[in-house]
Amino acid sequence: MEKTRREIVIPGEIVGSGSEFLPGEGTRKEGKDIIALRFGLLEKNDKIVRVIPLSGTYIPRTGNTVIGQVIDITFNGWVVDILSPYLGFLPINECAGYVNKNDLSEYYDIHDLLASKVHTIRTRSVELTMKDRTCKKLVGGFLMRVNPTRVPRIIGREGSMVNIIKKETNCNIIVGQNGLIWIKGPSIEEEILARDAIKIIAEKPFVEGLTDYIKEFLEKNKK
Amino acid sequence: MSDKKEKRPDGREFDETRKIEAKVGVIKRADGSAYFAFGNSKAIAAVYGPRQLYPQHLQNPKKAILRCFYDMFSFSVAERKKPGPSRRSIEISDEIKRALYPVVLLENFPNTVIDVYVEIIEADASTRCAAINAASMALASAGVLMSELVTAVSVGKVGNAIVVDLSQEEEQYKIKKDGKEIKATTDIALAFLPRSKKISLLHLDGSIKLSELREAIELGKKICTKIEAIQRQVLKKLE
Repeated sequence: MEKTRREIVIPGEIVGSGSEFLPGEGTRKEGKDIIALRFGLLEKNDKIVRVIPLSGTYIPRTGNTVIGQVIDITFNGWVVDILSPYLGFLPINECAGYVNKNDLSEYYDIHDLLASKVHTIRTRSVELTMKDRTCKKLVGGFLMRVNPTRVPRIIGREGSMVNIIKKETNCNIIVGQNGLIWIKGPSIEEEILARDAIKIIAEKPFVEGLTDYIKEFLEKNKK
Repeated sequence: MSDKKEKRPDGREFDETRKIEAKVGVIKRADGSAYFAFGNSKAIAAVYGPRQLYPQHLQNPKKAILRCFYDMFSFSVAERKKPGPSRRSIEISDEIKRALYPVVLLENFPNTVIDVYVEIIEADASTRCAAINAASMALASAGVLMSELVTAVSVGKVGNAIVVDLSQEEEQYKIKKDGKEIKATTDIALAFLPRSKKISLLHLDGSIKLSELREAIELGKKICTKIEAIQRQVLKKLE
């Protein structure tokens, strides 16, 4: 991995000029200059300038795995709170398995936790789907919340970081892109260890060689 | 203020602000927060959102709406201020909203709301300027899309001098004329967009000559550019 020094930019800052770069996510072209539109880390990749957010609420994207709580049941599906500005909606036909249409609460009830995927994004709501092997109703275990901008770091390159934690603690972990993380392990001690490791990652997003540090941390604290 | 000494009551130069103090991330559970102080005028701002907006009829399907709430803590002034909204705080809330409105890019989050709460911890004149500065930093730290930061400062005329960042003492400055005491202060709250060089708020209390107003605005713009440098510096310093 090529190490590039990332610099923090604030809204209105000029991050490039002329035709040298193209404006990417979180930037805009104004006259000759490219300006940053949000607070975050500047990334110049090939010819595209973009700003990686450091803070902010979760904005759903198609294909994201999210963890949400059922807050309402309608005649054709479930309303799911996914901690974003828009509510999630899970229709019956996006549900895996047979659902009794007369009583939807038999399948998923209010307050149930669901790991689901974002199917489509509408103007007012986000449609979810359960037709994926990672999607399921979450029973037992516990839930923790981190800043959604730290999620890519917790998952790591192709899941490297979360896989280390899973392996070392024997826990089942589902990381939602909306910042909710579900942990279930064989014992409470192992769950707490996994939680502490995730907390470290969420608090130190800029440390280099975090994977090795986490490996060390887990081995040291494991009984 | 005596015209001979050419100094202000607290020993400042005419174009000198009080000690500026700024911090971000002061409220843990808010999406973004900031603290900004001009001397003893201290403002704390918290930003929540974009988030769902209810009742639904307030939603705008084209863009998000921006709401600002300004209030003073009851202990912020010498005489206890009754908590809750008042005529004055509603007006200032709207002023802050209008000052911030041109920079926040609301089109990206239709049907949602961005809430900005500003509380004054201690008041010593130009609280609305401190509030705007704090709110703009809090919006940036909340990751809200904006085209630039907003910077505000109060300028004015005390006696015959054009000064920047008026204190309470200067705002109450009176001169004797025909045996009567009359107020001799003009206070202008100015919010400036340093990159596009536009003014987003100009609130004038008192009377001033047009030429002096121009002079005051130019001075305010100069000071705002300096304050923006402080805001940038604070935001760039990570936890």
